[in-house]
Amino acid sequence: MNQRTHIPYVKNGTLQKDPEGRKVVIEIRDLRKSFGDNHVLNGFNLRLYEGENLVIMGKSGSGKSVMIKCLVGLMQADSGYIEVLGKEVNTLDRAQLDTLRADIGFLFQGSALYDSMTVRENLEFPMRRHKEKLGAFADTEPMVLEALENVGLAHTLDLMPEELSGGMKRRVALARTLILKPKVILYDEPTSGLDPITAKEIIELMRSIQKKYNTSSLIITHDVDCARVISERMVLLVDGINYAEGTYAELSSDKDPKVEAFFKK
Amino acid sequence: MTVGQQTQRRLANRFYGAVMNFFQETGALAYFAARFFREVIKPPMEFRELLRQCYNVGNRSLMLVVVTGFIIGLVLTLQSRPTLIEFGAVSWMPNMVGISIVREIGPVITALICAGRVASGMGAELGSMRVTEQIDAMEVSGTNPFKFLVVTRILATTLMLPLLVVFGDLVALFGSALVENLKGDVSFQLYFNTVFNALGYGDLIPATVKSFFFGFVIGLVGCYKGYFSKKGTAGVGIAANTAVVTASLLLFMVDFIAVFVSDIFYEL
Ligand SMILES: Nc1ncnc2c1ncn2[C@@H]1O[C@H](COP(=O)(O)OP(=O)(O)OP(=O)(O)O)[C@@H](O)[C@H]1O
Ligand SMILES: [Mg+2]
Repeated sequence: MNQRTHIPYVKNGTLQKDPEGRKVVIEIRDLRKSFGDNHVLNGFNLRLYEGENLVIMGKSGSGKSVMIKCLVGLMQADSGYIEVLGKEVNTLDRAQLDTLRADIGFLFQGSALYDSMTVRENLEFPMRRHKEKLGAFADTEPMVLEALENVGLAHTLDLMPEELSGGMKRRVALARTLILKPKVILYDEPTSGLDPITAKEIIELMRSIQKKYNTSSLIITHDVDCARVISERMVLLVDGINYAEGTYAELSSDKDPKVEAFFKK
Repeated sequence: MTVGQQTQRRLANRFYGAVMNFFQETGALAYFAARFFREVIKPPMEFRELLRQCYNVGNRSLMLVVVTGFIIGLVLTLQSRPTLIEFGAVSWMPNMVGISIVREIGPVITALICAGRVASGMGAELGSMRVTEQIDAMEVSGTNPFKFLVVTRILATTLMLPLLVVFGDLVALFGSALVENLKGDVSFQLYFNTVFNALGYGDLIPATVKSFFFGFVIGLVGCYKGYFSKKGTAGVGIAANTAVVTASLLLFMVDFIAVFVSDIFYEL
């Protein structure tokens, strides 16, 4: 991965351009979103290239979750252009949006397992509506098992979510996210609320999965260690814009106080 | 401005706010109901989930309906006996109790119990699903959460409430018959024969139709409150609580309208 041509470091809302011309998987231009007087996003730009791990960092409440919710159409942006896998999200009808969503994995900040269903049913749930992607009479059992084995939890198949620990829940949620083999995965704070050791395990899982299926990932976090380990490129979300873009090394040596604040111990 | 004027103004403002709130809420609820009718006819039908919800509705309220029904039948009969004896009309007991239970008491009490058990349960359940982003997770995994969660629940209460009402009615009548049997030497057979002779379609049909509407109201309010629950755990509590209050109020309004309408049909 390191043989790639270096992408120059940019700041203040400009976008990094990939000199190798890799395919753009996600493109966001001038995204704006306010809740009343609370202007959360003020012209945010983003480009995710195929096969890369991009980390987005921002303070709590800076609008990271809002941004990825706009990305999958869970939230309507006030204005701006959003394109995912070549489709402009705002112009899709419900059926088209569902088709697109089959290619997007979304790991929620709090795992969001369905607590009235067993682990098995949780994993089967995304497959209900995407039979066309799998073939109408596909046997789902092997897929469920494979996904659970990927996260090392095959023995929890018939447990209820309340019987799992926080870290196990996160891993089951990760398995559920991956079960349809999405092309893009959006992680909303995959390590928040976990102890450092479990967090490390989750990060390792994310890396191994990324290698195994060659997905493109957008990882939201404010865990600096997580960012250092996993990121090829980082975007800092400050004041509602993509304030700085570059590698971990570039950003952590920047003397700009707004950037420095993220890396202070 | 004097203190009196200030208080007056504040009260007026508060009243204005409450009225506006009422209309906003009513509008939103009507919109929610319209959305239900739009989505209910669209395939695919979630049969398994519908069955599960029907089971839940029955499971949550059946025991309570049975106990309450039995006691109400018993108490109603015990308390009206002396008066009826005084007027020498105790043989009218089955008619009086039968008609009042089937036409009014049975449906209303059953509906109120369900409002307390089922509407609040749905408010809390959907509320916590909203708060923990489970509803969003459904949405991104390609399942329409409104169809999967809301439509099935509203259908379940609408279908199950009439059944529960029939059950509650029968148990209440049994309670009444028990008193008559023990205190007045009326056989169960005679009691139930008299009751069923006294009841006409004019009693049964409005009561059944009314029960469907009651069920619809309970599901609608419970789901509405839960589905639009505010963030945070406090939001879940509020959703469950207001679901019971709103559903109960709405039940009485529907009852009032139902009595009005069926009265018109009687006159014809
Ligand atoms: N549904 C909503 N209604 C009103 N305001 C909202 C809503 N969702 C988010 N906000 C506001 O938008 C801002 C950004 O929220 P967001 O959840 O995106 O933060 P975040 O960057 O993900 O923070 P964290 O790291 O704590 O998850 C917050 O100020 C929040 O109050
Ligand atoms: Mg967030």
